[in-house]
Amino acid sequence: MSWLASHFNYVIVVALMMAGLFIVFSSGNLIKRMIGLALFQSSTGLFYISLSKVSGATAAITLDAGSVDGKALASQLDPAYVQQFGVDGVVYANPLPHVLILTAIVVGVATLAVGLAIAVRVREAYGTVEADEIEALSRVTAEQAEPAR
Amino acid sequence: MILLETLYVAPPTLTAQAPVLAIIVPLLGACAAALAPSGRTGWMISVIASLFGGWMALAVATEAMREGAIVYVLGGFNPPLGIALRIDAMGALLGLLIGAVGALAAVFSGHSLVAEVRTEKHTLFQAGFLLCQAGLVGIVYTGDAFNAFVFLEISSIGTYALIAIGEGRDRRALPAAFNYLILGTVGATLYVIGVGFLYAATGTLNMADMAARLSTLDQNASVQAGFAFIMVGLGIKAAMFPLHGWLPGAYAHAPSLMSIFLAATATKASIYLMARFLFEVFPDGTAFGEAFLTWVLAPLAAAGAIICSIQAVFERELRRIIAFSSIAQVGFIFLGFALGSAQGLSASVFYIVAHGLMKAAMFMALGALALSIGARRLDEFAGVAREAPWTAVAFAVGAASLVGTPLTMGFLAKWGLIEAAIASGQIWIAVVMAAGSVLTVIYVGRIMEAMFFRAPAPGAPRAKEAPLGALAPLLALAGLSIWFGLDASIPEQLSQAGAARLFEVRP
Repeated sequence: MSWLASHFNYVIVVALMMAGLFIVFSSGNLIKRMIGLALFQSSTGLFYISLSKVSGATAAITLDAGSVDGKALASQLDPAYVQQFGVDGVVYANPLPHVLILTAIVVGVATLAVGLAIAVRVREAYGTVEADEIEALSRVTAEQAEPAR
Repeated sequence: MILLETLYVAPPTLTAQAPVLAIIVPLLGACAAALAPSGRTGWMISVIASLFGGWMALAVATEAMREGAIVYVLGGFNPPLGIALRIDAMGALLGLLIGAVGALAAVFSGHSLVAEVRTEKHTLFQAGFLLCQAGLVGIVYTGDAFNAFVFLEISSIGTYALIAIGEGRDRRALPAAFNYLILGTVGATLYVIGVGFLYAATGTLNMADMAARLSTLDQNASVQAGFAFIMVGLGIKAAMFPLHGWLPGAYAHAPSLMSIFLAATATKASIYLMARFLFEVFPDGTAFGEAFLTWVLAPLAAAGAIICSIQAVFERELRRIIAFSSIAQVGFIFLGFALGSAQGLSASVFYIVAHGLMKAAMFMALGALALSIGARRLDEFAGVAREAPWTAVAFAVGAASLVGTPLTMGFLAKWGLIEAAIASGQIWIAVVMAAGSVLTVIYVGRIMEAMFFRAPAPGAPRAKEAPLGALAPLLALAGLSIWFGLDASIPEQLSQAGAARLFEVRP
């Protein structure tokens, strides 16, 4: 049980990842496949953020102990700790994975937008967004003789 | 023998900034092209930006040859904390390939776009093309693992959109683009997960720094999982058999410009990134890495080289034949990696360049023919050599290089790979390559027979010679395949210097 408690984030990451991949590869509906893809990408976000989590850590912002925010932070911390290290010495969570995943989210949104736009065009050209029907219609296109120009 | 220095002339201040300019100029060009008032202006912006990018890639290659490797610190933040571009001789060679094919394809697009894509889409098309180019150069130049992902996605998003634009001529481009988007995104996401594992193990994203830290680290499950995720992710992007499902549709139904550029460069950048992880980042001689090369990469590459060649023999649509041939050639390239020697790596990189040039020439010739006949099936190309001799000859040069005819670059490339296989005692790899080449002769022979020796079907649309603006870049590409077949000093020096450096610095 304690293993589950300490790895809970990662269990969720793996569950999301597998669910996303399963939807991507099992579903024939283009929109559902995009949803699966978004789920799969989100799991990476959670993975990176879990990596950067340090228990008891705060955001990586340096504060002056005398400032309003510094005092507010100091009031939340153990007074003996503040006495020894000041507000500067507090443990920070690693900010880099957050930044990376922010980039990855932007990339993911862009991909999702392009994917959905293509799905719309597929629907216009084929009249359906079901992969097997599209395949059947494509085969018809392939068989047709090329129209002479 | 012609040296790189003789080709490159530029002021030193420009040379110092060349690595970043090779990426930024196409990127800014993409913005400018998107805002261009007419398709013609967009095309001119695209040509200028690609030519400038290619020129800068030449500068980088000259510098990398002289210095061994260039480290360009972005924004003044020193690595490992800041992001740096790190270009060795091989990366510079790949950058040069992308720049050269990009510039020639941009010139060619002046005619092919008018015939294939609706007018109001031209500016956006050029924007996507430049975006794709900037991303690909970024992949081969960057020294940062996460930065590579961002560039991978920049180029991919441009590619998805541009394949989909092929719907104007063939609606199958849409599902092809969608499939590529799904698989490409899954691949890129797997890569990011792998980088996450490595970051967790090493605490750095800089590839050189990561390599240094990994070599002192015991092989733990985190590093191995990261390695596996990265290899599968990039394997999808590189169309490694059996992860190649997206490729035939994407190559066959995209607009000509995209087929040319994709076939010559897109998978190549991912292959090169894979090589960097295999030979630069991961420590040498670990049981895990050796097992991957011997038991995963080599059998899959061999299977791909044979199976996809056979598939190419039985395809009916010409562009699909060449697409399947591309997957088989990727198998050849990976066979060189699987040898795990400096000679194998440099032979593979040389093969990448040879393959890029020949496939670009072949797809460009088909694009030039599509201007007049718009055919797809092999039998519709019967007798085109009579109507369009120059185009057909350029195609034939590419095809001869693909088969490995002496005096073409493809011959030297195949020879180098087989020599490397024999030198490392892996005779079976040499046999697979020879068998794959025989299959190549069969499908290329079918194409050549139709184009040159068969009479055109009565009543079929007549092929016409492409206009000069489209013919010139095509002949230039075919000429490069022959030039490097006679005097391969430039690609050879760069690939050998790069491979030697990688294997030398390792324990």
